[in-house]
Amino acid sequence: MSLKLLTTSALAIAAFSASTALARDQVQIAGSSTVLPYAAIVAEAFGENFDYPTPVVESGGSSAGLKRFCDGVGENTIDIANASRQIKASELEVCAANGVSDIIEVRVGYDGIVFASDIDGEAFAFSPTDWYRALSDKIVVDGAIIENPYTMWNEVNPDFPAQPIQAFVPGTKHGTREVFEDKVILAGCEASGDFEVMKAAMGDDKKAAERSCITLRTDGKSVDIDGDYTETLARIDSNKDGIGVFGLAFYENNTDALQVAPMSGVVPSTESISSGEYPVSRPLYFYVKKAHIGVIPGLKEFAEFFVLDEIAGPDGPLAEYGLVSDPELANTQAVVADEQVLGSGS
Amino acid sequence: MSDTPVTKRKGSLLVQDARTIKRNRAEKRFQMYGIAAISIGMLMLVILLTTIIARGTGAFQQTFITLNVPLLAEKLDKKGNRDLADIKKVSTFGYAPLMQAAFEAKVAELGIETDLKPKKMAALLSKDAAAQLRNFVLENTDLIGETVEFQFLAQSRVDGYLKQRVTRDSIAKDKNINATQLDLVDALVASGHVVKKFNLDFIIGSDASDARPEAAGMGTAMMGSFFMMLVVLSLALPIGVAASIYLEEFAPKNWITDIIEVNISNLAAVPSIVFGILGLAVFINYMHLPNSAPLVGGLVLTLMTLPTIIITTRASLKSVPPSIRDAALGVGASKMQSVFHHVLPLAAPGILTGTIIGLAQALGETAPLLLIGMVGFIASNPPETIAEGLMSPNSAMPAQIYEWAKRADPAFYERAWGGIIILLVFLITMNAIAVLLRRRFERRW
Repeated sequence: MSLKLLTTSALAIAAFSASTALARDQVQIAGSSTVLPYAAIVAEAFGENFDYPTPVVESGGSSAGLKRFCDGVGENTIDIANASRQIKASELEVCAANGVSDIIEVRVGYDGIVFASDIDGEAFAFSPTDWYRALSDKIVVDGAIIENPYTMWNEVNPDFPAQPIQAFVPGTKHGTREVFEDKVILAGCEASGDFEVMKAAMGDDKKAAERSCITLRTDGKSVDIDGDYTETLARIDSNKDGIGVFGLAFYENNTDALQVAPMSGVVPSTESISSGEYPVSRPLYFYVKKAHIGVIPGLKEFAEFFVLDEIAGPDGPLAEYGLVSDPELANTQAVVADEQVLGSGS
Repeated sequence: MSDTPVTKRKGSLLVQDARTIKRNRAEKRFQMYGIAAISIGMLMLVILLTTIIARGTGAFQQTFITLNVPLLAEKLDKKGNRDLADIKKVSTFGYAPLMQAAFEAKVAELGIETDLKPKKMAALLSKDAAAQLRNFVLENTDLIGETVEFQFLAQSRVDGYLKQRVTRDSIAKDKNINATQLDLVDALVASGHVVKKFNLDFIIGSDASDARPEAAGMGTAMMGSFFMMLVVLSLALPIGVAASIYLEEFAPKNWITDIIEVNISNLAAVPSIVFGILGLAVFINYMHLPNSAPLVGGLVLTLMTLPTIIITTRASLKSVPPSIRDAALGVGASKMQSVFHHVLPLAAPGILTGTIIGLAQALGETAPLLLIGMVGFIASNPPETIAEGLMSPNSAMPAQIYEWAKRADPAFYERAWGGIIILLVFLITMNAIAVLLRRRFERRW
């Protein structure tokens, strides 16, 4: 083993590392772990049917993905951010400040958020009010705002079995969390009439009352899960009293371990979500950096491929996996084909 | 001081007095503690290994379905000119009807009675089957128009059924498969058209999406790990050895070298995730190296491995007796000649052992890779050149295992355990080589 050889190879690698800005030829995607399986299915089919390399899909959560998306323009930034919620105004500002101004928003379909517990455990039928009263930090009892006193489900609602309250909800970096807060906790807060009491107590400050509603208790009855649904499932597996928040697709792939609870009397399914009966659903998006179209080979083709009827339509592989297809898919296809950016009207 | 007068020892050596008995008992007890500690350790190891093997071996076998597919020219080559560009226009969706027809024909040929529609029959096949068929047609355009026998992967539920992971009870609410389909599977198993056999693609194939866990393999991740190890070896070994030779043989002993020494030892104890953040900030954000590239992974792991290599190299340099250096210097060799002709060759086995152990440690590292984008759905094609292998996105073996363990479909869980077996085989081999080198070449003075 000659020292010379080693030194030369080391130098070669060092020099190689220094020669940066090598053209990237595959699409890079990051973001929501809810969208990840769909994006992976599309990426795989894209790699099979086109001569472009298979795109790379990373997870990390909607907020983390959008943050990386807004880091700037260039080959070392991602091309597409997956999100299980719409991009926020504050995120658009960060994007604009970093030079990411032309963003194409693509809605791929809808996803239901389901509440599921261990398959051998007690059955539940929830309403948003039950969740609000079980998990909110402060609730109204007899007209007074107090710290949440409940420890058992039957205290929240006499119809429920006497089972300790233990909920596993998505952490704050997940887009699912916002939908959960918005469509379940806040809806329950309003439905139970507590919202009005809180608003009155806070001097008619609507924002403060909302914040007070959606602040979850921190005494261990509600546990934030920062990882993926697999972690939630593992928690329920080890704590049979636990009730977790999942995406519909995840539940449908684990029907042998989980039982789902109806929400407001509706059992979640692709049908009840697309008809709008099931209350807790949200649209799924991906965002494309227009500046990268034409620079990164295959980017536009991938975006177009994603929203094809054969892929995202009601009979496509995405629907088969659990996506609720978008009835207005034709509009989305037009948005991608014309590269309509956010804020350009339409 | 003591009141008791010194007395002669009573009794004999054959009869133990109370204190001797007590001391001997203490010793016995201590030995028992030691044995207990070792047994607990061994028990844990046995539990670990049996769990891994029991859960992981299933991943090396996969269920296949044999079908004769007629490659209809009117579907695959509508213009009839056998032009590759035209044939490529038929996407994998265009191949689905062929497979449904083939499945229906097979069921009719075998005389199996079932109420299933052809589409439901073809649902027993993996979604990968269409891709397999399309790739075959693109490579063998001359076979269009003929009927070819294929072995397709079965979908993961069928595979789970043959592996007893999926039962008729567990599929009650499963929309991917129903009992009628399982009846058909039973009939096909009886006729020998559904078989479970060794699946090489698990070892050499690439990752697959959540819709087809049965097609996922470790191959791409293995290439990623290989290229990372290449970078680590070609950077960490020369840098580490050069640094330790200088520190050990040439550097003056003063407070600066003391500080360097302390820092190297501290660096060895830094959690690996810290190196990941460093890699993200320096290599990707500042130097603009590509995301998810094994080159970046290798550079990060180099930083992590360097302290280990420096410490072991210095230890093996130290263990070479000074008399060897003195003798070399005494017959007129320069300092550098004494080091490179005598000390380094004698220390080489120790250095190599340290390097291999450092590499094994780097091979099993996941945390820093999380931050530089090497965890996710990465199913790139096998690289053709070394440069491509270093720069194109890839995963690594432990990252792939982590990724599989996170996925929703239970079939990925089995593959994660299978991946652990592959990784363990690599680690055990590397450590065995290190032990052998030490046994074979190490000299004691």
